Amino acid sequence: MTFEQLYRQEWGQVVATLIRVTGDWELSEECAQEAFAAALERWPRDGVPDRPGAWLTTTARNKAVDWLRREAVGAAKLKEVAALDHASGQPYDVPDDRLRLMFTCCHPALAMEARVALTLRTLAGLSTAQIARAFLVPEPTMSKRLTRAKQKIQHAGIPYRVPPAHLLPERMPAVLAVLYLLFNEGYSDVVRSSLSSEAIRLARLLVQLMPDEPEAAGLLALMLLHDARRDTRLDADGVLVTLEDQDRTRWDHSLITEGENLLEAALRRGAPGPYQVQAAIAACHASARTAADTDWPQITALYGRLKQTPVVALNRAVAIGMADGPAVGLRLVDDLAAGPLAGYHLLPATRADFLRRLGRFQEAATSYREAIALATTDAERRYLERRLAEVSA
Amino acid sequence: MKYLLMMCGDETAEEHANEGCGGWTEEMERRGVVRGGAGLRPPSEATTVRVRDDELLLTDGPFAETKEQIGGFVMIECADLDEAIEIAAKHPVAGYGTIEIRPLLDPPPGVV
Repeated sequence: MTFEQLYRQEWGQVVATLIRVTGDWELSEECAQEAFAAALERWPRDGVPDRPGAWLTTTARNKAVDWLRREAVGAAKLKEVAALDHASGQPYDVPDDRLRLMFTCCHPALAMEARVALTLRTLAGLSTAQIARAFLVPEPTMSKRLTRAKQKIQHAGIPYRVPPAHLLPERMPAVLAVLYLLFNEGYSDVVRSSLSSEAIRLARLLVQLMPDEPEAAGLLALMLLHDARRDTRLDADGVLVTLEDQDRTRWDHSLITEGENLLEAALRRGAPGPYQVQAAIAACHASARTAADTDWPQITALYGRLKQTPVVALNRAVAIGMADGPAVGLRLVDDLAAGPLAGYHLLPATRADFLRRLGRFQEAATSYREAIALATTDAERRYLERRLAEVSA
Repeated sequence: MKYLLMMCGDETAEEHANEGCGGWTEEMERRGVVRGGAGLRPPSEATTVRVRDDELLLTDGPFAETKEQIGGFVMIECADLDEAIEIAAKHPVAGYGTIEIRPLLDPPPGVV
């Protein structure tokens, strides 16, 4: 395991435990950072310890105690740390600090954008710069957002806990949204696939904790059905392979079965929400033996049941185009061009695909070039370049 | 944790001024979370005071002309924000007006 992978895997646990012990978010983050720096310096020399996570947590904790001793307010705070340490021996609803951290980060008294940013920073260990890029805001803006959120948690007395049972239903949607975002962070970037695993791990815990919440199960099903295709999304050269061209025999069929079973059980509760609908769409794809077998009318109907955001409208246009022909799809995509999707690379990429299917290669080439200029990952860019070469030949 | 609950509402809230709190006060006194509070006379009876360059400036009316005005306040002391939210949500004002929950500033060391 590389140090980067280890960082991704252990960061959240180290910070989550430290927050429980010190009650201080900034201090916990700083001490976790220092512990990882110490590891980076020592491990190449002394070897990686048997339990790197425990080593990191202990090191970070010692640094926190040192820091509190040096401070004038240390004595009172140290007593507090001791008290909290004692409290940690008490039974909790869920024996996982990361889950406690997640529910606190997702507290409804925080703005939605702050909840997501905070979870990605403290739980997933993304840097402020990375989060700023993900949300298209300047880094100082994101930095301020994170600081303000942490200060509010501390000063307004937002409790560091998994909410009691009667509060869980109103706290769930925010947690699910954050988990899905986390999953997508890892799904769209091979290097950070551990984020997806982390999202799945936490979603499994949630489903275990809330077996009566169909949307939690729906989200887990959605993640599993996507994750089943993970290894077939890139070819040997790291170029994107579209759903249509993926080798379906290499999909992880045990994950698909698990996802389908979860979804089926969730839908039986008769309270379908956006995650269950999206999982149903993913299940349509996963259960098609070949791309040609895909039930596009059903997928179109399912997209119609989701809130019609511009991205959902684009996906629905694709489904209609696949069901009724590329000319119909192209017309729908062109209708979206003037809207808020301008500058979104999948808009010209979808347009190019319909034009290619229609044999209008010259126009397709123009749209492929436009998509290439806007593409956000190397895998996508190289796929689009390959398509461009095809229609230009 | 100590919080100030500021009960806000627009002019229609005045209709509720003499309705009482429907058992809220009794429950919260029993729980021992209330540290003080009162209902207020309407903002039209307010006087705003500022001192600038040693000059006393008085204005008739509230400090900000907004649609929603503070009609009362309660100081509470409870475990955390979740409990403060629960206490505020039970207050009748939450049903027709708005309640702002503000944590109190910790006094500097040595003051209390």
